[in-house]
Parts: sequence; C-alpha cells; structure tokens
Amino acid sequence: MSKPSLSRFSRRNFLHGASAAAVAFAALPRRGWGAEEKKLNVYNWDTYIGETTLTTFTDTTGIAVQYDLFANNEELFAKLKAGNPGYDVIFPSDSYVADMISLNMLMPIDHGKIPNLKNIDPDPNFSNPAFNPGLKFGVPYMWGTIGVGYRKSKVETPTSWGDLLDSDKYSQRIALLADARSVMGIALKYLGYSMNTTNQDELDKVRDLLVKQKPHIKTFAPDSGQDLLLSGEVDIVMEWNGDIISTMEEDADLAYVVPKEGTQVWTDNICIPVGAPHPENAHAFLNHIHDPEVNAEIANTIKYATANKAAKAFLPTEDLANPAIYPPSEVVSNSESLVSVGDFTPMYDRAWTEILAA
Amino acid sequence: MQDWRRDKRAFGVLILPPSAWLVLFFTLPLAIVWVYSFGERGPLGQTLLALSFDNYGRAVEWINLSIILKSVWIAAVTTAICLVLGFPLAMGIAFAPARYKNLLLLLVILPFWTNLLIRTYAWIAVLRTKGYLNFALEWVHERIGAVLSLLGLPDLLGPFEPLLLLYNQPAVIIGLVYVNLPFLVLPVYATLEKLDKSYLEASLDLGAGQWRTLFSVTAPLAFPGIFTGLLLVFILALGTFLTPDLLGGPRSIMIGNLIAQQFGPARDWPFGSALSFLLMYATFVFLWIKAAVARQGGGVSY
Repeated sequence: MSKPSLSRFSRRNFLHGASAAAVAFAALPRRGWGAEEKKLNVYNWDTYIGETTLTTFTDTTGIAVQYDLFANNEELFAKLKAGNPGYDVIFPSDSYVADMISLNMLMPIDHGKIPNLKNIDPDPNFSNPAFNPGLKFGVPYMWGTIGVGYRKSKVETPTSWGDLLDSDKYSQRIALLADARSVMGIALKYLGYSMNTTNQDELDKVRDLLVKQKPHIKTFAPDSGQDLLLSGEVDIVMEWNGDIISTMEEDADLAYVVPKEGTQVWTDNICIPVGAPHPENAHAFLNHIHDPEVNAEIANTIKYATANKAAKAFLPTEDLANPAIYPPSEVVSNSESLVSVGDFTPMYDRAWTEILAA
Repeated sequence: MQDWRRDKRAFGVLILPPSAWLVLFFTLPLAIVWVYSFGERGPLGQTLLALSFDNYGRAVEWINLSIILKSVWIAAVTTAICLVLGFPLAMGIAFAPARYKNLLLLLVILPFWTNLLIRTYAWIAVLRTKGYLNFALEWVHERIGAVLSLLGLPDLLGPFEPLLLLYNQPAVIIGLVYVNLPFLVLPVYATLEKLDKSYLEASLDLGAGQWRTLFSVTAPLAFPGIFTGLLLVFILALGTFLTPDLLGGPRSIMIGNLIAQQFGPARDWPFGSALSFLLMYATFVFLWIKAAVARQGGGVSY
C-alpha cells in the first residue's frame, strides 16, 4: 500500500471513473424490491488485501466482487465528493473518515449485521476512535506508523527525528515524505507540540526549522522514499512503516524505527458510502473481513498491523513481535493521529508552500 | 466545391459538432473553474460559491508570486536550450536528402509513443547516483585510471565520486528540454521546409558567408516557425507539474505543483482555480505578443 500526497497517476483515474460509471449504470436498473442482486463494488488501496479474501467471500456468500483501486485518500475523496459513482465499500484513513462523516458521505452501519465486530481490539483507539465514535460509520481495518527507514551500514540507529529534521549529520542523504500535514506534523512532534496544532507560532517554528534543514534534504519524495533507500540514493527516509518493511525483505541492510518523540499513528477503515447500491452485501463484506482467519490471511499478506484481536491467534509470532509492524505501547501512547484542523487548513498549506519555495 | 459563403446551412451543419464539443468540454469546464476562483474554501475543504477576490489577492502575495516568477525563469531557460538544440536539428532535417527526411522526423516524434510518466521515470534511472550515466562515467574513470597507472601515475585521478544529477534544478531543466524539444523542432522544420532555397543560394552567390546567410536570411525567414516553437515550449514548460514533481529536489516547486497541491491535499479548489487563471492570463499575454508580432510580420514584404 502507498499513501502519496499527490495523485500522479491521474491518467489511471479515467479508467477507474469509467469502470465505476459502467458498474453504476449496470447496477441501477436491476435494483428492485426484495433481496439485493449478488454484487458488490469495492474501492480499495493497491496491494491492500489478502490473496484469498475476495474468493472466500464469493464462495461463502455467492456475491461477486467488482474490485477497483485508488492511490491516495485525496483521490478517494474527490471521486465520492461529487456523488457516489456506485461503490459499496471504501477504505478511507482516519481524518478522512471524520471529514466524510461531517459531509454526510458515509452511511451509518448496522452493528447487528456484523457479528464479527466482537473480534475488534477493545483498545479505544480501535473500538471507539475519536474520528468515528462508537464505530457508527465504519469499522477499523489496518493501522500503522510513520517512522525512519535507514541503511544500517551507513547510519547509526536513529533515536530522534532530529537526525532528519535538525542536523547536518546526513546532509543530502535525507528524504522526507511529500505529504504536507505528515511532515509538518512530525516536525511539530519533534518540537514538542501537537501535530494537530492550530497555533500559528508553533507552525511558524516548524516552518523555520524545515527551511533551515532544507539544504540537507535531498528531496520530498512523493511516496518513493523506500525506492530511494533501496537504490542507495539516500540513506535515511521518513516513510510509512509498511513501505519500509516490504523493502527490508529485499535488502537486509535496511531497518525501520520510530523515534522517541513519537509519531503519527494512522488507522484505515472500512466504510459504506452514502448511495451504495448494495448496502446489505457491504455489511456481509465488513463481517467477512473481520472473520479471524480471513483477517489473519490479509495481515499476513500485506504485513500491516490488524485491528482485529481475534486474528492475532492465526498470525506468525515473529510478525506480532516485530516492532516495525506492531510498535510497543509506549510508542503508540506517545503518538497522535491526524485530525482535520478545519479553518486552519490554509495556514498549513501556506506554511508548506513557504517551506517549498524557500 | 461549395463555397461556405454561399451555402451557410452546410457550413452550419459542419461547424455544429466541433463547436458543441468545444463549448461542452472546454468552455463550460473553464467557466466552472472561473466561477470557483471567486469562491471560498469551506472548513472541510468544500467549495463554497461566493464573490470574493481573496483568492486572487492570495495568489499575488510574494510567496506565490515568487514561485510564478521562478517558473517563468525555468520555462525561459528551457526554451532557450530548446532553441539552441532544436534549430540546428530542424535545419539538419530540412536540408537532409529527401529519402532520410521521413525517418528523421519519425525519430523526433517517436518519444511521444511512450507515456510521459514512463519517460520521466526512465530519466530517474539514468540520472540517479547509481544510475546509468554515473555507471558510464565510472567505467570511463576506471579505464583512464588503468592507463594512468600503466604510465606510473596510479593515484592521479583518485576514487570515483558519482555526480549528483537528480533531485535538483538542472535535472528538472534536462527533463523539460527532453519533453519539449519536438515542439520546437516541428514548427521550425515546417517553415524551413517550405522556405524557397533560392534565397539562400542568392545570398551565398552575392558574397555572404554561411554564417551571414544563416543569421541574415535563413533565421529571419524561418522566424514565424521559430516564434511559434518558442511559444509552444515556453507555455508547456510554464505549466508543467509532473517533471519537477519527479525529478526536482526540495527547491523545485513550480506553479503547476502549487496548483496540484490546492486541488489535492490542501482541498482548496477556489485558490487553485485562481492560480490556474493567473497562469492562463499570463499565457494570454504571451499569445497576444505573438499576435502582435504576427501582425508586424505581415506588414513586412519580402
């Protein structure tokens, strides 16, 4: 899975749009009374599902799945903003769930139709998250962190974000994410502030810090930090954990760590957008995903941390013990999730533009 | 053949589909963006319609203006390099033996057959620290080192230091020149091709040298094509966003990236629309200059 901030593959969007339109067109006329037709339109991130998830779903329920991909939250949001083109199930991240709830873009889910909800981790981060109280508008899927990916032979184990944000130790060997809120959020954490601050002074300090650090930064990588690390272009990057873990399998010299100041913790969710043509089938799909064995197969394939506690019984112990996948609780308690900052958003954008233009 | 002046109905039937297409898929979306540019961003990134000039005020603030000016500068450098490389190339093709002309033209157009994204990624593979260019340089370096050590000077060159070619401004300009060169070569070639070669022969016969002929006869006669090519390259380079995004470093933001940022993560469509229109107005100014130049050119008789 990847979470770039810019939708670079916009040519692909056309195909998605076209297929979604075709799906919607095909779905509408046959919607009548009684049971739903045996179809489901799923819209998910790339490489973010198990190898057998969809086939086992179709085998147990008889519902055929039409599966489409998006590249980032912005793309998902933009696709649904003007009206649902026919999707039944979507996978937005935390702050986007909050925004979509406020904009009436999500359907409340019927907990009675999802008995497997009992398998979800009772930790309030998953069972009652701030962005989706009481899991009213969706269920958690996978979660993870932003951390430091580095080349062990070239870099001492980083303990602080300062190695990337406030030091010339690795000058011109550093890449940061190209995601404005994430980079500034982590710089805010480094300076000891909240990553969701609406205080202009704190934001100004972050801007000054990053402007000062810029000569030592090679690039703001639009979700290619892991490739830069793998190809030797840089030796230390800020990246999503799953991206680094997948490259660690290719190159044993790479490692992932979350610095002591804490980081951004994100949770992706499975929701049903308003206007979904097959809400019954969508509930069945949510229930299927949270079946412990199905869920474990997904987590085992994509190497992200699952929010399903019962599934952990079916996961390899080395994955559960891997701090890059399941960070220790002190790291999590030290961290924050991004939330929408509402009217303050243009200030973040402005600070980011000032950083890039400096 | 019928004259459209005499049969307006036939003309109307023929012109209707393209006009409808233009209005529906060009003018109308553009009008929507124009209306958005006076709107406001809602707290959740909604586009609220309004009549506010705040977005334009923000767009001409120094921070954004500096990005626009830098984009103009990068586009100008790109255009200049394209001219220096493209004009001789166009001349070479125009004066090449007839049987090679089509092949040479095909080679100029060939890159368009591959997706721009893939071609840009290919440049990453060429330019990066462990890329093909540095591999080639290292190979040459080793060979020279080997020869020098045979001559008894083993450490004269020192170890190979790879050049840092990617994620900086030169990388962006290389990418832009590569992408836009055909847009200069083709119009220049078109005018040179049509050019009456007897003028050049006359110039040479009457005692002007090759260089004098090039600058006093060929270039002025090919000026309309050169100007069109320059304008095309400049406008395309000015609005680019993919190339600086992929090849640029932390200082490579251009106006196109700023606009993309507004329509993407910042979810500020009104501001993005205002920036887009500012870019478009700038483009109109350059097109107006072209029209003015063309009018002047029309007055000159040769």
